Parts: sequence; C-alpha cells; structure tokens
Amino acid sequence: MKNVYMDHASATPVRKEVIEAMLPYFDQHFGNPSTVYDMGSKIKQVMEEQRAKVAKLIGAKAEEIIFTSSGAEANNLAIKGAALARQKKGKHIIISAIEHHSVLNSARFLERMDFEVTFLPVDEYGLVDQQRLSQAMRPETILVSIMHANNEIGTIEPISELSAICRERGVIFHTDAVATVGNIPVDVNELNVDLLSLSGVSLDAPKGVGALYFRDNLRLMPLIHGGIQESGRRGGTENVPAIVALGKASELAAKELPDKVNHVQGLRDLLVAGVPERIEQVKYTGHPKERLPGHASFCIEAIEGEALIFMLNQSGIYANTGSACASKALKTSPVLVAIGIPPALAQGSVVFTLSNSNTVEEIEYVLEKLPVAVDKLRSLSPLWRTKEAA
Amino acid sequence: MKFVENQPSDDTLDLVCRVCPLHLLEPGDKLNCLKKGQVLEVLTDYDGALEDIPNWCQKCGQDFIGIEEDDDCYKLYIRKNK
Repeated sequence: MKNVYMDHASATPVRKEVIEAMLPYFDQHFGNPSTVYDMGSKIKQVMEEQRAKVAKLIGAKAEEIIFTSSGAEANNLAIKGAALARQKKGKHIIISAIEHHSVLNSARFLERMDFEVTFLPVDEYGLVDQQRLSQAMRPETILVSIMHANNEIGTIEPISELSAICRERGVIFHTDAVATVGNIPVDVNELNVDLLSLSGVSLDAPKGVGALYFRDNLRLMPLIHGGIQESGRRGGTENVPAIVALGKASELAAKELPDKVNHVQGLRDLLVAGVPERIEQVKYTGHPKERLPGHASFCIEAIEGEALIFMLNQSGIYANTGSACASKALKTSPVLVAIGIPPALAQGSVVFTLSNSNTVEEIEYVLEKLPVAVDKLRSLSPLWRTKEAA
Repeated sequence: MKFVENQPSDDTLDLVCRVCPLHLLEPGDKLNCLKKGQVLEVLTDYDGALEDIPNWCQKCGQDFIGIEEDDDCYKLYIRKNK
C-alpha cells in the first residue's frame, strides 16, 4: 500500500539538512548560551546567527525576533504580552472569528481579566472586512489580531489593508502567520504588522520551536519569567538544537520558496479540478484565489469527515478534517460555522495540505481513492439516501 | 532621591516589562553609543531600578541626573560622563 501524506499543516518531515545542522548541538556543542566561557559564548553567537536567518526570511531585523517553543506560544506571547503591557491605555481587543485556538483562547483568558474582546465576523470565503474592522475600533482598543491565512480553509487575509487601519489609530496589529511562513513569501514591512507569529512546523523544522516577530522594541509582558534570555522577554535556557533547526529551515525556505509555491499550486489545482468531477455535492471551501498554494479544503455532503479520514487512512492517504480540536470534541468547526457552512455539511470537512514531496501520481491516487471512500460512506448514510430519494 | 521634570534627553532605553537585571546591563551598551555629556532616558516599571541605577551610575562613573514618575513607568536620566 502506498503512503500518501497530505497533512503538512499538522506536521512536516524534518529535512535531512536541518537534522544534520542541529545534531552537533545535542552533544558536541551543548554549552549554555548564557555562560561567559567559550563553550557558552560560541553557542550564543550561533544562536544569534539563527535569529538573523529567521529575521531575513520575513524581512525583519535580528533583534526583532524572540524564539519560542511553538507557534501557539508565539501567539500567546503576542496577545497576552501586548495586551497586558498596554492595559493602562485600554482594555479592548479585536480578533477575527476564525482565529486559531491559541489566539482565541488567549483572548478568552484576557476576558477573565476584564478585557473586552470583539470577535469580527468574516464573509463566505473567510475574509475579514476592512469596514467592519474600522467600525469595531474604539478609543480604548489596544490590539487587533487577524491571522495571515486560515489553516482550515486556506484563505489569505488582506493583512496590509487591515493593519493600515490600526496604524492610523496607533493600535498594535498582530498576525498569526503559522500557516504562511514557509508556504508563501512573507514580509513584515509589506504586511505592516507589529507582531507576527511563526512555527517550525511549516518550515520543515522539528515540532516544538517557533518565533515571534515584534517591531521596534514593542513592549511585551513576558509569559515566562526567568533570566535575561531573549532580552528578558522569555525566560528559560534556550532550546539551542531546535533554534539551529529553525535557522537552517528558514535559510532553505528563503532559497526554495518560489519553486515550492509553483509545485504545490500545480498539484493543488489538479486536486481541486478533479474532486468535483468525481464526487457530486461537494463544496470547495475558502477563497478560490486568495488562498494558500498547497491547500485544498472541501465539505462533502452526507458524510462525516472523521470517518472519511479513517477510510482514506486505510488506503494509505493521510489528510485532515481541518480542526483536530473541534473534530475530537464532536463539535462543528467554528471556522466553517463562521463562513456560513450549514452544520450538517460542515461535518463532511476534509483538508489536504501539500508540500514539495507530493507528486502528480499521488494526486491521481487520491482522486482514485477519495470517490470510492465517499461512495462507501454515503451508501451507509440515511441522510444521503433521503437526498437521493428527493 | 532626586526628582526632575521635563528633563531633555538624547536617546531613550525602554525597559518596561523587561526583567531584572536588564536595567543594569542595557544602559551601559546604550551609553556606549552616546557622546560625553549626552543624556540617556531609561524607562522602567521595576521599583528596584530606582535604587539600582543611581548606584550603578556611581560605580561606573556616570552622572545620575534624577527620576520622573510617569503614568505607566519611571523615567531615569543618566548623563554620560566618560
């Protein structure tokens, strides 16, 4: 049986070059970067070189990067850190209704601390409307967070237009770019953002490392209080091997991104064209054009997404329902609800996220096996039989 | 403790929300970029800095000018002496 992995938004294989770069930092160069002797100070120097590589990938300065343990931690530090540092100016923040749980739950945490949160609705494609953002602004608004691209529906938000609204008013703007850094070109100056989160997962680096970009010495309340690591903004001895991996992965991504975009976009287009030809009553979710190049998401009538994932798994195909948390909780995805997908249809969500390693043959294999799995599930579905009878 | 008002400065070091002992590490680096006689403004919300920074100035031969209390932080002024 083939193994066809198309869930790169969840995890990516770590590249050989990245593994080779990080390995010496487990045993040969194991020193603590905070120590003053050579074994430590050399590691500190290496770490700063990685900071510069990550910064270069997103058009930032090295001193504007904080290493974190994940994209989720970067989001937590951005939302809680920026809000808590500014609470004397106001306690109102705005986020979109389709943010990742690490943004959404950070905002909910702040609600418990007497902050007010406005959840901005999105249109049928998942786009945040500029006028709605302007209308939601208040004199006490201190922070806005809108994700760069949504991991479930692939839609890319018009960040530079949205951040301009905040810039005019002196409101801090954060974007969760975990789904975009490593998948499309990202430049913090073009996006005009104050804070941007990224993750190693989207960069073929190991899990457990991420980074937060913060503009111009922006005030951030640390989440982890400790020593003076990360310029006193995040305590704890740094995960040097993971940081080296993130630096190497960023360096490779900067070189290879244009080719990757072309490759995955071609495959994605084949998949998107092929699915509705083979399966009736299927909805392509997210924006048809303004979307991640390697991202294809569908809602298929009268099936249950998780069951479909298991069926595909039996054919060696690994895809996702889009929202692991919602799926496990047997809850309709808040993202699909926000774009107006009826709850019954939202149950049939399936998401394919592609990378360089995927091939045309693999897409053809998915197009062969997916309709078979859908037919099998629909044959068991009373809902489908009712629809067919009607 | 010497208090000042509307003290002009040539550069600012914002240490609000930053942990101890950065208030004793970063002013030195920042002063290295200034000329003798120029004034550095240090912003901090850490009470300990009110005692530490004047002492640090004394040890390092820098001239501590004074403190101003703002809405959300303290402003400490150091004149570069050497």
